[in-house]
Amino acid sequence: MKPLPLSVKEELTEKLLEANKKRNMTVSQIDAIIQEVVEEYNRVLVDPGEPVGTVAAQSIGEPGTQMTLSTFHYAGVAEINVTLGLPRIIEIVDMRRKPSTPVMTVFLEDGYSNDREKALRVARLIEGTTVENVARSVIMDVINMNLVVTLDEYKLDDQKISIDDIIKKLKKVKNVEMTQDGYTIILNPGDVSLMKLRKFAMRVRNTQLKGIKKIKRALIRKENGEYVIYTEGSKLTDVFKLEGVDTTRTTTNDVREIHKVLGIEAARNAIIKEIKETLDEQGLDVEVRHIMLLADLMTVDGEPKPIGRHGISGEKSSILARAAFEVTTRHLLEAGKQGMVDSLNGVTENVIIGQPIPVGTGTVELVMKR
Amino acid sequence: MKKIDPTHHELVPRHVVLEEEEVEKLLHVYNITRDKLPLIKAADPVVKAIGARPGQVIKIIRTGSPAGEAVTYRLIIK
Repeated sequence: MKPLPLSVKEELTEKLLEANKKRNMTVSQIDAIIQEVVEEYNRVLVDPGEPVGTVAAQSIGEPGTQMTLSTFHYAGVAEINVTLGLPRIIEIVDMRRKPSTPVMTVFLEDGYSNDREKALRVARLIEGTTVENVARSVIMDVINMNLVVTLDEYKLDDQKISIDDIIKKLKKVKNVEMTQDGYTIILNPGDVSLMKLRKFAMRVRNTQLKGIKKIKRALIRKENGEYVIYTEGSKLTDVFKLEGVDTTRTTTNDVREIHKVLGIEAARNAIIKEIKETLDEQGLDVEVRHIMLLADLMTVDGEPKPIGRHGISGEKSSILARAAFEVTTRHLLEAGKQGMVDSLNGVTENVIIGQPIPVGTGTVELVMKR
Repeated sequence: MKKIDPTHHELVPRHVVLEEEEVEKLLHVYNITRDKLPLIKAADPVVKAIGARPGQVIKIIRTGSPAGEAVTYRLIIK
């Protein structure tokens, strides 16, 4: 008999205490109830040989068919566009190197989370600002071979950046002759070709003034009585270093990044959370245990692996199972060349050759005793 | 500069290095060999934080699952 799990134990204790208040129960009655619960728990446990993977695949797959027709993009949290629905599920399951819309949820420490001013200050430190973001225009003056940068005074004031700062930063890009006139800076890279000037203009536009690279936007929003920062773009390590950021709750929707910063177990939790949230958002109710199995499989090797040709299905040991999945001829040819042997342990191989599959009652084999 | 400790993050469950006798017991209970355990990389931030070495087995106590608490094990590999 398997002992009861923690959650069942807690629920049982709570209900027994409640029932005991209403009518006084004898010790033997309570014992009988507990015995009954233990027996029932063991009765509903998954049997050995039960094809849990197939059940999980169907349980996630069927709601997936309903998702296909729903929206691809959805106006997500606080004006930030987030990929949702089936494209998002595919993205997680395929373990893409970068999600199409990386988003961070930055929580703040006590003292920062209730203060709008302080929260805004942290958000400004996160938001990456380039020259292009604060300039009204960056124009190439082809006649004089100059670059004319016209800055927007309101944007500068909003971001709390001074013109001197910008000039200093631009000097680092390339030390060229600069003339400043009010909010206009004229850069003269000297005698260069048109192509070089164009490249120079590009570099000036993308010069990082402050904040974290690749984070395009950071918005603050009040949620459950505290200020939370949502960002477009994701860079967990850099955000963790900032003063006032709560490093125990801040997360991103980029599973690979979570794996890198917080480890494989955190990545497993992130996969479960992301898939569950995407399904919930579409109003689809899928049992978490199926998603947990999927996440377990994706993380067994200590590194998040995609499902599919480049991941789980492509690494199966059986040749026939791989051939049945995708690019049949290549697998068979490769196996033939190398003289590989299929030991027929899996389900797919046995279906192909028409033998009982090792699932359910098929897991049991009989051996004659002589 | 702040130091990042991954073990305090809410996504990270508790990781404990398993004693050698406990490993033997575990392998005996499930009737498996060491290489059948799920793996975790030695370069994993949490493994580094708790100072475990390749070859050791880590016990992971996951919370928040439907069971309330679930225990799994991972073998540290290079």
